[in-house]
Amino acid sequence: MAHAEAQAGSHDIGQQHPLGIYFKIWAWLFVLSAASYAVDYFQLEGALRWSLILIFMMLKAGLIVAVFMHMMWERLALLYAIVVPPLLVLVFVVIMALESDYTFETREIFFAIGP
Amino acid sequence: MATDSGGSVAQPDGVSGFVSDWASDQRAFKNVPWGKAMMWIFLLSDTFIFGCFLLSYMTVRMSTTETWPNASEVFALSFGGEPIPLILIAIMTFILITSSGTMVMAVNYGYRKARAKTVMWLLLTALFGATFVGMQAVEWTKLIEDGVRPWGNPWGAPQFGSTFFMITGFHGFHVSVGVLFLLIVARKVWRGDFDTEKRGFFTSRKGRYEIVETMGLYWHFVDLVWVFIFAFFYLW
Repeated sequence: MAHAEAQAGSHDIGQQHPLGIYFKIWAWLFVLSAASYAVDYFQLEGALRWSLILIFMMLKAGLIVAVFMHMMWERLALLYAIVVPPLLVLVFVVIMALESDYTFETREIFFAIGP
Repeated sequence: MATDSGGSVAQPDGVSGFVSDWASDQRAFKNVPWGKAMMWIFLLSDTFIFGCFLLSYMTVRMSTTETWPNASEVFALSFGGEPIPLILIAIMTFILITSSGTMVMAVNYGYRKARAKTVMWLLLTALFGATFVGMQAVEWTKLIEDGVRPWGNPWGAPQFGSTFFMITGFHGFHVSVGVLFLLIVARKVWRGDFDTEKRGFFTSRKGRYEIVETMGLYWHFVDLVWVFIFAFFYLW
């Protein structure tokens, strides 16, 4: 029992960290959200809009997973098991993007002709 | 002991630690309680579900020959004056981020075994979550009144309605379940179940403050999914 309590206080079992880092990340999440809303509010267009949206999104997601969900303090065994598989979804994205382009072009051709 | 971390065996760090953990011929996730590892694996599977939803949204949006409705105008609200684009969605985003912050506080005070404070932060998180769902109900009502249906809408591609209702509906359901989950955990903390190690009614495992952290993982995940929905559905 004493052993368990000693461990619960350490970084290994219970994820306990100074509150300061949480407040910092919390503030950053607000700033990043405001920034991504600003992208829409000021009606930015084209590549600038998309790249900003993606950058702010990845930063927010990274901060939430790394700090709020404590991933940066976990052992690599867990990190790799959880973070690597979703990256494979990107392969699926590429496949479906190619497929939708193809669908779009066939629709352009055949909808223009009509039945 | 249920959460035994493998005793005092030396654990290398870094990549060699990863190899030795996975090759250890026993539990691979050292120093992680059973419930937490299972929650992570559940969240991984949930990631794939939301991933497929967003992927199907991408597919129908890229392949339609009709114009996609402009989310900035569809979700604009006016408070007497000029309509402000996406304002309700922006407020909902801030509410969800605030609730993630309050959840972190609950986890932190849980590990300090500060019962009253943990309960207060948990209830505050649940309140923000419920507010989020409430605002989503307002949003749905407005859109349905505007004539948005899963099979069509007044502004363009009919797929807009089906993907909108499916993606935000499934996310809203997750938030609702999370609020329920928060209230259950808050009740357990309040009763002192995690101080007396009272066994859970369902899993029969000893109550521990780690459960608050596991609960937190779920809640942050809900916020995480919203980050992607906000970027791809509302801003794109």
